[in-house]
Amino acid sequence: MPDSPRYTVADRPPFRLADLLLRWESILVVLLALVFAVNAWATPWFLDIYNLADATYNFSEKAIIALAMALLILTREIDLSVAAIVALAALGVGAAGALGQPTPVLVLTGLGIGLLCGLCNGVLVTRFGVHSIVITIGTMSLYRGIAQVSLGDQALTAFPQPFLDLQQTYFLADPPTPLSFVLFLALAVVFGIVLHLTATGRRLFAIGANPVAARFSGIRVDRIRFLLFTVSGLMAGLAGVLLTARIGVVRPNIALGWELDVVTMVILGGVAISGGIGSIPGVVLAVLVLGFATFGLTLLNVPGIVINVLLGCLLIGSIALPILIRRAMRRRRST
Amino acid sequence: MSWLAAHREVVLALVIALMVAAIGAYAPAFVEGTSLLGVLDDTALLFMLALGQMVVILTRGIDLSMAANLALTGMLVALVGQHGPDLPALAYIVLAILIGLGFGLGNGVLIGGLGIPPIVVTLGTLSIFRGMIVVIGGGDQVNASEMGRTFQAFPHKALLGLSSVFWIALAVAILMQLFLSRTRTGRGIYAVGGNPTAARYCGLVLERYQVLVYAIAGGIAGLSGYLWVARYGVAYSEIASGFELTIIASCVIGGVSIGGGVGTVPGTLLGALFIGVIVNALPTMQVSPFWQMAISGAAILAAVIINARAEAHPDKLILPEARRAAAGARG
Amino acid sequence: MAPVLSLSHISKGFPGVQALDDVSLTLERGSVTALIGENGAGKSTIVKILTGIYTPDAGTVNVEGRDRRFATPKDAWAAGIAAIHQETVMFDELSVQENIFMGHMPGGRLIDRTAIRDRTKELLARIDADFAPETPLKRLSVAQKHMVEIARALSHEAAVIIMDEPTASLSRHEIGELFSLVDQLRDEGRAILFISHKFDEIFRVSDRWVCLRDGRKVGEGLTAEVTEPELVRLMVGRPIDQVFPKRDVVIGEVVLEVEGLSNATEFADISFELRRGEILGLYGLVGAGRSEAMQCVFGLSQPTRGRIVMEGRPLAPRAPGDAIDAGISYVPEDRQEQGVVLPLGIRANITLASLARHARGWFLSSSSELDATRALGDRLAVKAASWEQPVMELSGGNQQKVVIAKWLATQPRVIILDEPTKGIDIGSKAAVHAFIGELVADGLAVVLISSELPEVMGLADRILVMHEGRIVARFARDAWSAEAIVAAATGAVAADRAA
Repeated sequence: MPDSPRYTVADRPPFRLADLLLRWESILVVLLALVFAVNAWATPWFLDIYNLADATYNFSEKAIIALAMALLILTREIDLSVAAIVALAALGVGAAGALGQPTPVLVLTGLGIGLLCGLCNGVLVTRFGVHSIVITIGTMSLYRGIAQVSLGDQALTAFPQPFLDLQQTYFLADPPTPLSFVLFLALAVVFGIVLHLTATGRRLFAIGANPVAARFSGIRVDRIRFLLFTVSGLMAGLAGVLLTARIGVVRPNIALGWELDVVTMVILGGVAISGGIGSIPGVVLAVLVLGFATFGLTLLNVPGIVINVLLGCLLIGSIALPILIRRAMRRRRST
Repeated sequence: MSWLAAHREVVLALVIALMVAAIGAYAPAFVEGTSLLGVLDDTALLFMLALGQMVVILTRGIDLSMAANLALTGMLVALVGQHGPDLPALAYIVLAILIGLGFGLGNGVLIGGLGIPPIVVTLGTLSIFRGMIVVIGGGDQVNASEMGRTFQAFPHKALLGLSSVFWIALAVAILMQLFLSRTRTGRGIYAVGGNPTAARYCGLVLERYQVLVYAIAGGIAGLSGYLWVARYGVAYSEIASGFELTIIASCVIGGVSIGGGVGTVPGTLLGALFIGVIVNALPTMQVSPFWQMAISGAAILAAVIINARAEAHPDKLILPEARRAAAGARG
Repeated sequence: MAPVLSLSHISKGFPGVQALDDVSLTLERGSVTALIGENGAGKSTIVKILTGIYTPDAGTVNVEGRDRRFATPKDAWAAGIAAIHQETVMFDELSVQENIFMGHMPGGRLIDRTAIRDRTKELLARIDADFAPETPLKRLSVAQKHMVEIARALSHEAAVIIMDEPTASLSRHEIGELFSLVDQLRDEGRAILFISHKFDEIFRVSDRWVCLRDGRKVGEGLTAEVTEPELVRLMVGRPIDQVFPKRDVVIGEVVLEVEGLSNATEFADISFELRRGEILGLYGLVGAGRSEAMQCVFGLSQPTRGRIVMEGRPLAPRAPGDAIDAGISYVPEDRQEQGVVLPLGIRANITLASLARHARGWFLSSSSELDATRALGDRLAVKAASWEQPVMELSGGNQQKVVIAKWLATQPRVIILDEPTKGIDIGSKAAVHAFIGELVADGLAVVLISSELPEVMGLADRILVMHEGRIVARFARDAWSAEAIVAAATGAVAADRAA
């Protein structure tokens, strides 16, 4: 259009410090610093490197699932069956252990069961067009139920030593680093790259923000959703393997209630339940905030369930506060 | 398939009847009168709670905090029973409803007033309520011997072979049916959930309905809290843990659509009864009670699949012959 | 006689477009006023102001001598204004009587069920409806749902009834029944605002007419004193050939061939050829099945019969991705719902359908994306602060340019434009029109779906007219007239003029 007016459009918006500081990730960084400062002040043992390393044991398995859950919630889905998949995978690992299988078989069994459960979720969600919250409440009962039926009130405790060593010795000796934490960080990098630097990641944002426009743009929405549920199952399977190796015993109520902890991590990480907004660095930071806050409180002998009160307040507060601030600002502007 | 969808209560009732008959053939003890009444007694709390959840789901919401509310209110009432004077049972009931209602109102204000997604709010309050039990109760449990006499005796009072808990559940169901079918507000709940835009055109304010339904769910959870604690004679932090999902499962099996605006009191009661029958039948059949969860999971999925088929989105009717055919089919 | 409702000097603007500009109109008792105008002329904005969905920026609404301000839909009801919407806005899961009385049920908190049933029966009898008050709404046909809406309007004792294209999805017989109902309402002394594209309906049912164009009132009068060609001229406004200077483009070989494309309920026997450098206009009323047929070509739905040949190769797209790979693009009608991803930036929107082109190994190259964005954005003259600006902050016209840029980025050979200028301001419209001319000059083939006659007549080389899911007329450029095209679109005649 030679005769139409041209506009000068910048490649990027001008850099403003306020934008950077008001990012959700920045707030989480401050929160994390606060958690460390308060804990270090409250307990002298908190900053001990071995204590910190052990702290990561308690959240890394959930955090691995949270990475996949973040992608699901970003695309307006949710998988409430993850904890049940952990249990089923752990059961498989335990059963293989009882049969005297070697470590690689145990690991593959766990991963395979997770993958299978995830595939099953994916088929149900994409095939029947019912929201995944209902489907995965169903499969959650089904998977957990299968675990309960198979195991009854027994426990599986026979594992080869190399398998237990996966999680009961440090993966790196100096600094002491558990395998699960290493895996979490490595997977966080992979998930971060996929979400933020690849075409697939861009498509996830588009699906979450506007699934119809995404479909009209040639994105195979159902294929991607199917894939995400499969990945979620696989991550839950991996968490099941790591958890089994760590505690060395499988009961059917293993990982009970984890789905809610995982969802909390993701939402606190800034992923919007309405889709289209979120980042992997945010989720990683939220995992660390929640993990170390919990650990610090545990060192202070605060019972786990009371910690949950604080975490619940943190969850609601973190969502409510921006809304309240926005409202207050709008009111001030309009008067 | 469309007949199935239109008469889902009938179908569900038939399925339950068949199930009971099959169980009876295998374990005759199960179909003896007292045993069947026992099922109703045992499922009474689930009946009430599922109805509370249904009202929430009708508005396109979800309340994950019901079981936690139940446990917290149960603990608070038990503490009153432990430390207070011996009050009449009615006082405990009213107190429990009010406490639960208050917690539900909190959910409602956060959801309707601030516009935070229901799943986020109730996930948060689930943790908060559970934790508060320990904070308030100091981590101890309150045992039967410590609660007052009337406190404990009430749920065990029987009439016509059924406990007072069942009769209360029945009253709740009747009130709920009247509320949803006969009051302006009740019909409004279906309207805001079924078509929020149209509801706004009719002057209905969604946010007010949200506050209301979470308060109702909370009140029912509170009432159930007292009955639960008094019936089982113990209050501690893990009461009804995970029960929120059983409650939702009852609704889904009973045909309440998570998309809002669809669901009936009889359907939900049957959904709860379905789970109740399974829970009670398994021990009689000497099947491991662990089957319960797997079966209800499979039932949810079956219900979902049948619903999805029935609700499949039809194409637009543009061609004249297609319109005529559709008009003919409607008869 | 004093008018029951008068709008004086109403204006209403949205970011990027002035929907209404100083419009006045009056409605009188016992009289049907037809509101006519093209899509985007401002008709639906008037409806929304009268029903309390929008509040006007300027001007007054006066009902029965009192100035009113409708903050909510309920205020409009209370003032005695009721609307029957194009797409029924009702509760499928509730019964007929509940749909009629939702929001104003008789009785106190407790509903008086006998009163509801009796009053519903009475209302339904008044309009000769033959279904029971307890019937669930979802069991009714569209025509019957319209009757429920009319009963709802009557239940308010509304003095003013607005009918927004009530015949859009009705059969001929149902339309006849609706019109006798309109006559009845007029005889009862109600004022009716009747909105329609169809001239036969306007002449059949209305006493007066008001014509809008581009948000302004361009004429009004008595229906008995006007002819159809006069109305068409008013609606369309400008002499058609002057606004869209048609570039001389050499029309090349056939690119896309569609033969007998049909699905079960939406369209049948859609056949056409599209040549390189050609603009094929697809005209018809809203709901004629144009979008549905073209979406099927684009792979959004599956046909039951028929075949598509793209550049000599048969094409059976199972999803839009297949059509895109074959070189077909589709710019959808509903920009906000189907076109843009509002929270994403301009760059991410423009590259969304062609991300594979910007992949370097596993990674997306943002510099490659930015190059493509700059090139297309400048070519379309997108006005923005930066290429990262979220699309939701842009005006409608600029959003539409972003959508078109997204599709050009896929380097298509065929581009289907579905109402490309709907709801955007005049300036952006002109830019889009000029740009369509540029596209064919570059050798693309264009299918232009439009309900705006001057747009189609100004741009297209040939025009196909659809009515009730079928192509009912084909016109070549030298053998068409506005009257003939409109007549074909309303189903009045079927024509085939050497196309």
